[in-house]
Amino acid sequence: MAENNRAVVMLKERFGDCVLDCKEFRGEVTVTVKKQRIVEVLKCLRDDLRYNFLTDVTAVDYLGRDERFMVVYHLYSIPNKDRIRVKAPVCEADCSIDSASGLWNTANWLEREAFDLMGIIFNNHPNLVRILMTDDWVGHPLRKDYPLQGPDREAYKGRLS
Amino acid sequence: MASTEIMTLNMGPQHPSTHGVLRLVVELDGEVIQKITPHIGFLHRGVEKLSEHRTYHQTLPLTDRLDYLAPMSNNLGYVLAVEKLLDLEIPERAQTVRVIMNELTRLKSHLVWIACHALDIGAMTVFIYAFREREKVMDLYEKMSGARMTSNYYRIGGLSRELPAGFEKDVQEIVDTFPGHIDTYEGLLTKNTIWMQRTIGNGVISAEDAIDYGITGPALRGSGVDWDLRRDNPYSGYENYQFEVPVGVNCDTYDRYKVRLVEMRQSIKIIDQAMKRLKPGPILADAPQVCYPPKESVYNSIEGLIHHFKIASEGFPVPEGEVYQGIEAPKGELGYYIVSDGGTKPYRMRIRPPSFVNLGAIEKMAKGSMLADLVAIIGTLDIVLGEIDR
Amino acid sequence: MGVDQPLGDNIIATSLDSLVNWARKSSIWPMTFGLACCAIEMMATGAAKHDLDRFGIIFRASPRQADCIIIAGTVTKKMLPVIKTVYEQMPEPKWVIAMGACACSGGIFDTYSVVQGIDEALPVDVYIPGCPPRPEALLFGLMKLQDKISKERNSFGSAIGLGERLEPAA
Repeated sequence: MAENNRAVVMLKERFGDCVLDCKEFRGEVTVTVKKQRIVEVLKCLRDDLRYNFLTDVTAVDYLGRDERFMVVYHLYSIPNKDRIRVKAPVCEADCSIDSASGLWNTANWLEREAFDLMGIIFNNHPNLVRILMTDDWVGHPLRKDYPLQGPDREAYKGRLS
Repeated sequence: MASTEIMTLNMGPQHPSTHGVLRLVVELDGEVIQKITPHIGFLHRGVEKLSEHRTYHQTLPLTDRLDYLAPMSNNLGYVLAVEKLLDLEIPERAQTVRVIMNELTRLKSHLVWIACHALDIGAMTVFIYAFREREKVMDLYEKMSGARMTSNYYRIGGLSRELPAGFEKDVQEIVDTFPGHIDTYEGLLTKNTIWMQRTIGNGVISAEDAIDYGITGPALRGSGVDWDLRRDNPYSGYENYQFEVPVGVNCDTYDRYKVRLVEMRQSIKIIDQAMKRLKPGPILADAPQVCYPPKESVYNSIEGLIHHFKIASEGFPVPEGEVYQGIEAPKGELGYYIVSDGGTKPYRMRIRPPSFVNLGAIEKMAKGSMLADLVAIIGTLDIVLGEIDR
Repeated sequence: MGVDQPLGDNIIATSLDSLVNWARKSSIWPMTFGLACCAIEMMATGAAKHDLDRFGIIFRASPRQADCIIIAGTVTKKMLPVIKTVYEQMPEPKWVIAMGACACSGGIFDTYSVVQGIDEALPVDVYIPGCPPRPEALLFGLMKLQDKISKERNSFGSAIGLGERLEPAA
């Protein structure tokens, strides 16, 4: 179970209340932590638990929840060949989280993408500008309240409707 | 002393050597690159958003068009992720076919890589040869799925249809002839003075930097990191095959070239082993709530027709949860992170594209090299813009 | 023929328009301009098996030397200004081929970032369906373009500054 995972035990020991939740689903361990200490958690995982490879940084929009966004980090350990997922909730009013680009350069572009498509601001990021959309784009397309066809066009409903 | 000033040069998005619609803004001191800023997103099609509005089966064709040089690898990553969510058991035969097709896809993708990489550096012959051989794999793709590129051959739970007649013979021909073709490319390039001068010592990135920048796949192995997901976190039964993982020493473009060539040979070895393991059996998992019924039952019985119609129109519910599945695609680690809310459509599908992350390291790799070497660096990263921009 | 021919068989009678059309249709130079998946099929068409050179079709890397642009792939809102610029840089006469479902209509990508067909911005001469079209389909589309070029009127006149080039009715 997730509670026995070495990383989870160590994170609970070090960060106590900041670990909000830990779960295991289909053999994958997910740890949810408070966003205030996310960089420390990632650094601890990298330096002390040998999760040395940052696979992915992304965000999920849970529209309707109090803490609307969830920033998701996927870490991999090349020496131990295992994965861990770290999540941090972010609310809409204060839509920001500290950047992990100081720990891994991978995070630079991945966080820019999360900013571009989901509108999450990464504090202390060296170059937080849009990456996929044009610079003058309005809105963040991957948010659930952004229409699929964009705000200025009706969806194609077929010839008969 | 004549004073010099930095010149800014724009390269792309319309440029024959950027492999698509990549734009690079290069700051040059004479011919030496001081700074390089990639601009991407010219092919951003909104696949991640679109998949939230499609059922799980309908999302599958979208994945073909991400890395269009290796469509079956993209399909595989996606179906594995959904199968993990559903906790499905895949029949042996389907897994073996997936391994064969995945390795053929790797061959096909590497053939385009060597063709374009060599063409960019000036070796036209390799392009003509590699595309000639690629047609053989394309013909096989077409026999299996009806399409040359966007195959959409796998299904959640197995395969869409039985193998075509003559499949064994076609694959055997590829297994028999391809080592000779690879010898030809090696003969044209490996000891070629121009090729060596253009690639040795070009685009060097150390193992630590490569991990720091998140490089995966052959580009990482070229820097000496011995990591291959097929061997280290096996999927689709890769643990049953013997193959070597080539690793480079000098961390340069020439080593990455050699790594990819060895990979092609190893792929042929895996295909050969898989062909021997191929036994008759079912090609779809025993999960009627997920898998389409066989066509005979759809055409001949009302129950089968309703069953097909329900899956095609409504889809099927997937248990609530989230999974990440990474596979060793030809370009590196391709990951699918799917969040399900228990409905028939993915709540969020995140694609972790290898090319996107690999391209992020271009700034590090190109700094201090000559402008002409930039073309070799783009070639060695083996990027596909469909996957970078999604 | 009843007419005495002092030059023997070395002369043919034709209109100047036909001559110009024949020259143009036999040397269509498209631009090397790939956008997405269709570009790979375009490359396959140009490579050994299908061999575009036998039609006199040679890819040119610069728009200044090209008279045909094959829109091979998905056109996004970010890319559209670039395509327009490239198109404007091409000298007259010029033709546009929309290759593949995305270039024709947006294809399966009915999303916020995709232009729903390049005909919203450029005058398209030939549409080629398919996702992506086979090399044979691209060859057929190029032959259709040749047919269209051979039916144009006042090609010579417009080239020396007399009036407009007239395209055939569809």
